[in-house]
Amino acid sequence: MSDATNTSQGPALQSEGPIQRFFRATEIDARMIGMLVALVLIWCIFDIASGILRGNFGGLLGGSFLTPRNLWTLLVQTSSIAVMSTGMVLLIVMRQLDLSVGSMLSLVAVSGAVLQVFKLVPVLGVGHPAIWIIGVLACIVLGTLVGAFNGYITAYAKIPAFIVTLGGLLAYSGLAFYLAKGETVAPMDKTFEIFGGGIPISWLGPFWSWLIAAVVCAAIVYGIVNGRRQRLRFKFPLRPMWAEVFLAAIGSAAVLGTTRVMNSYPWPFKLIENYAKANNAVIPPGVEDKDGAAICMAADKVVRCTEGLIYYTGYSVPVLIALVVGLLMTFLATRTMFGRYVYAIGGNPEAAELAGINTKWMTVKVFALMGTLVGISSVISSARLNAATNALGGLNELYVIAATVIGGTSLAGGVGTIYGAMIGALMMQSIISGMSLLNLPAAFQNIVVGIVLVLAVWLDQLYSRRVK
Amino acid sequence: MAKKPVPKANSRTPRRATEKLVMEVHDTPAAVQGAEKFSAPTDRGTALIEMRDISIAFGGIKAVDHASVNLYPGEVMAVLGHNGAGKSTLIKILSGAYKRDGGQILIEGKEVKIDNPRDAKALGIETIYQTLALADNVDAAANLYLGRELKTAFGTLDDVAMEAECRKVMHRLNPNFRRFKEPVSKLSGGQRQSVAIARAIHFNARILIMDEPTAALGPQETAQVGELIKQLKAEGIGIFLISHDLHDVFDLADRLCVMKNGKVVGTANKSDVDHDEVLGMIIAGKCPKGAVPGPGAMREAA
Repeated sequence: MSDATNTSQGPALQSEGPIQRFFRATEIDARMIGMLVALVLIWCIFDIASGILRGNFGGLLGGSFLTPRNLWTLLVQTSSIAVMSTGMVLLIVMRQLDLSVGSMLSLVAVSGAVLQVFKLVPVLGVGHPAIWIIGVLACIVLGTLVGAFNGYITAYAKIPAFIVTLGGLLAYSGLAFYLAKGETVAPMDKTFEIFGGGIPISWLGPFWSWLIAAVVCAAIVYGIVNGRRQRLRFKFPLRPMWAEVFLAAIGSAAVLGTTRVMNSYPWPFKLIENYAKANNAVIPPGVEDKDGAAICMAADKVVRCTEGLIYYTGYSVPVLIALVVGLLMTFLATRTMFGRYVYAIGGNPEAAELAGINTKWMTVKVFALMGTLVGISSVISSARLNAATNALGGLNELYVIAATVIGGTSLAGGVGTIYGAMIGALMMQSIISGMSLLNLPAAFQNIVVGIVLVLAVWLDQLYSRRVK
Repeated sequence: MAKKPVPKANSRTPRRATEKLVMEVHDTPAAVQGAEKFSAPTDRGTALIEMRDISIAFGGIKAVDHASVNLYPGEVMAVLGHNGAGKSTLIKILSGAYKRDGGQILIEGKEVKIDNPRDAKALGIETIYQTLALADNVDAAANLYLGRELKTAFGTLDDVAMEAECRKVMHRLNPNFRRFKEPVSKLSGGQRQSVAIARAIHFNARILIMDEPTAALGPQETAQVGELIKQLKAEGIGIFLISHDLHDVFDLADRLCVMKNGKVVGTANKSDVDHDEVLGMIIAGKCPKGAVPGPGAMREAA
């Protein structure tokens, strides 16, 4: 056609360094690598710093950050924000925003708790299995409705989402305060608590964790093989074989490594003792060791020791929920018409409308989806705390938006990935919990998170400019 | 007319339709003769599309004021006028982007309801916008199928099938096109234009609206668009061509319709008017002898 076409036939083949060739062959997003490197760097810095300031607690680099215990806790703490950030990605990609997710979380959690504690328990009795089912469903349904309401006003009354959800931020938290009468609503149903990951039955244990890891590894390999077969069928260019093997290997290694870490965090020894007694497990005799994680019998007393009865946590339920949500949302964003439309609307709302996409209805649906995810997060948060208060979701909206933006979602719309936002959430939680490990005052946490947010966006822009 | 393109259109795959189109243009004299026959717009029965007394106002401004225009199969109707004359607005009513305040739209004599772009597409009206209207952040295949995605048996997007189709279509329109994996924002103007055109013709349109199709293009690409218009005409597709460029209009159009201040100045066969007369229509609203005057024509007495 024109000369311009000839110079732009895909990435130039000449003058391509090994690094570019690697990224092109594996089709890995360089931005994601950057994020993962930053994350690992943050982890290492915190581990070294905590080692210097507070001594060695078995961390990989002599501190207390890179320990199974801390990493396990980190994942549990991240799950609520991570779940919500996946929805925020779609909203921001579609050029919308939801500032009300924190207040919505409080409102939904308080409503669910009030329903459980004051309505269901008196009628059904403590521990009735319907309580947790109704409790979870109520949270999810209410979240969806509130989200849809936000979306409806934004789309059909044509009020900017910023204003609608800013109003929601105030209104929903007020409503939550009113419903809870300013009190803490507790306790939640015992089964409901499983979703918080704070009690032994919400820990999967090594067997199930390894099984899940094996299934995921198999899925990764199947996905790569199937993708290659599809491309062969349509005679598309293929990735080189080494790149395919590399992707399968690195993916499986990440899954197995994470599982290994999760499976090497032992239960707190008091819980091991309680569980052993309740289930009549044999506690072997042994030698007392105050730093041990296992329990054993020494002189007819249960004591801590290095060799003895020990249980490992494995993945906990909220982490599993977050991972499943991440997977489903990635599927939704990349493999369905819904996701395609979200991205198309973000890229060019007018073109999407002209292509026959009902953009208003899409707006309602994406806001409703955000609400559903807030509902799930409210279950996780209130189950973890074993209570609900009107302050439960305080500042969550900002953490969720920050996680999304750190994860590479552009506020201009059209660009963003689910996994990016989840890594962003993990990064933010790492900073927050790392600073608590260092015993820094709480005020510093927000200062640093704020700085990291601005820095992340700046680096991202530098990167995008260079790529162009 | 040699054949009706519409009724069977859906039973054929789009790819075959376009291939057939090429063959007909080059190999089948009958089809070409058929197209020739339509270039004389005398009594030819029912119009493919007729817009009657269309009006729309934005605030107090009548952007289109009782405008009527029609289009026959296999014909290119140019719509001309100054900036703000109402031509784009009139055509956007047809494509469903705006909802009209008054007037009727008839397709093959039957009144139709066009309230949004989906309605228009369902009736076989496709539009190539001046702004190209592509979603910049997704790739060519996603744009080609935007709003009409191919799905697998599980209801998920069938990306490989869409990419395969896209490769075929783009190969025909622009054999040099290789950047199937990149978002269209990274493509050149001509490449983006190819994607927009591919999207309009891939789904067996019977009425094609082209809003300044050559505005962003170099001479070679403009010539290519011209070729394409001739091919589509031969298949019996009716084309509305909105243009500023009189050369384009006299090259490609069969008839032309001039608008001024939201009103139709006049409609004429290309052969009945010359450049200067058309300019007079556009600038002064003066309707020459060869044209049928509309409500916007300057009164002789005034």
